Amino acid sequence: MNSEPILSVRKLEKRYGNFIGCTDVSFDVWPGEVIAIVGESGSGKTTLLNCISTRLERSSGEIRYRLRDRRFPDLAELSEAELRFLMRTDWGFVHQNPADGLRMRVSAGANVGERLMAVGDRNYGEIRRRASDWLERVEIAASRIDDMPVSFSGGMRQRLQIARNLVTHPRLIFMDEPTGGLDVSVQARVLDLLRMLVSDLGLSVIIVTHDLGVARLLSQRIIVMKSGRIVEQGLTDRVMDDPSHPYTQLLVASILEN
Amino acid sequence: MTNPSLPAYNFAYLDEQTKRMIRRAILKAIAVPGYQVPFASRDMPMPYGWGTGGVQVTASILGPDDVLKVIDQGADDTTNAVSIRAFFAKVADVATTTRTEDATIIQTRHRIPETPLAHGQIIVYQVPIPEPLRFLEPRETETRVMHALEEYGLVHVKLYEDIAQHGHIATTYAYPVKVEGRYVMDPSPIPKFDNPKMHHSPALQLFGAGREKRIYALPPFTDVVSLDFEDHPFTVQRFDCRCALCDAQDVYMDEVITDDRGGRMFVCSDTDHCETRRSEGCQGAGLPQHCTAKAGWEAAE
Repeated sequence: MNSEPILSVRKLEKRYGNFIGCTDVSFDVWPGEVIAIVGESGSGKTTLLNCISTRLERSSGEIRYRLRDRRFPDLAELSEAELRFLMRTDWGFVHQNPADGLRMRVSAGANVGERLMAVGDRNYGEIRRRASDWLERVEIAASRIDDMPVSFSGGMRQRLQIARNLVTHPRLIFMDEPTGGLDVSVQARVLDLLRMLVSDLGLSVIIVTHDLGVARLLSQRIIVMKSGRIVEQGLTDRVMDDPSHPYTQLLVASILEN
Repeated sequence: MTNPSLPAYNFAYLDEQTKRMIRRAILKAIAVPGYQVPFASRDMPMPYGWGTGGVQVTASILGPDDVLKVIDQGADDTTNAVSIRAFFAKVADVATTTRTEDATIIQTRHRIPETPLAHGQIIVYQVPIPEPLRFLEPRETETRVMHALEEYGLVHVKLYEDIAQHGHIATTYAYPVKVEGRYVMDPSPIPKFDNPKMHHSPALQLFGAGREKRIYALPPFTDVVSLDFEDHPFTVQRFDCRCALCDAQDVYMDEVITDDRGGRMFVCSDTDHCETRRSEGCQGAGLPQHCTAKAGWEAAE
């Protein structure tokens, strides 16, 4: 195992005026690890995810990321150009609503190929071949490569979004309720696919979800948030089976009753 | 207040302060080839979309000794060309011409003349939409960042889509180019047939977009490369016929409908080129004929 964390968050805080988005958040992510951030609506988990992925500016604290050349800079030290390059090569972001992460008016193939073209691939046949490979990996028929995402079902759109993110072999994926808008059977299929891809590719994932079932299925470690603070973190199995904080106990109890 | 010692209007319509402002923008545009320089576009006595940007650029660089040519879709005798030529003949009293080689300034919409431009000439393009990324990324804030950081993958997404949907790059006009290996630029809606003429042209090329308030430029002998894929290289349209009037080939053709029973003829879109050839004794086959415009990929097969 690699003993160096890929991402390190220290004392992260985000304020909206006097209102606290999240505060005093510290944790590490190791290569190949899936971390779930759970909590109820308004607990600050999406704010936290957006701060780490630099989609939102933090108020204070430290976020360090291990670059491919092993440097470990704070993301604030990187230039906008470096950050944007990171976002379209080394990172992925899977949105809850696939329409936010896809270009709905260009074909599935172009959606998957966009990142390849963004990093300089200029061979149409090669881009198309890799796009069609990835469509098959996420269980979309290669014959649909020229169809628009608007003609896809919710589950297919979500899988397309995943393929689009993974085509450049990123190392860190952010997911915001990736199965949130899907019905139960489709959800199960997407989760299955995610679990397989994550272990095949050795991805590090930070996944935000309010669904403890999703967290249990995908993650090795879990962070429980309430009112912008981490109330408990630990191995998923330990937290789920033996929650120590009253709020986590409530959360776990309410799930198991379902 | 009117001062009787001043003339009722200034030379070439715009006041001198406005011309200075536009010239500064032009100088900056020449210094950074392909970069869109914002400028304080003025209201002109014509509607947006009729060439307000080109007219302001022309007005700012025009001198009393210049000889002006104005073309619209290659023709000297269409409404837009005639009106703008008459406008400058009136407000600047400059000489006008229809002959490409006699002109010092050529204002154009949608074409570059067939006659190669020479050192010392200036060609002014009328530009409706200067932003080549507009239809791929509607946010202006975002496209500016993309230009700044040289993030041009999206342009290839558009070309990819063309090939995926049509089997070849179906963009035929306003075909995106890369300038000096740096900025991606919209060459205005000229047919891609004319794109190669921009590359290393000895003439100064200026682009004015009035509604969008942008000026950009290509200094003489600038690298202008049309974007493409390795396995789908850039090609221009070819016509497998000759001009019905002057028998020219390897020029850009207009299809002219001659009656309501399907009669049509193909003629040079560049009227000056056609007239010059006819005055030299060239004669075409005349009326009805059949011709197919071929995309470059077809001609190559």
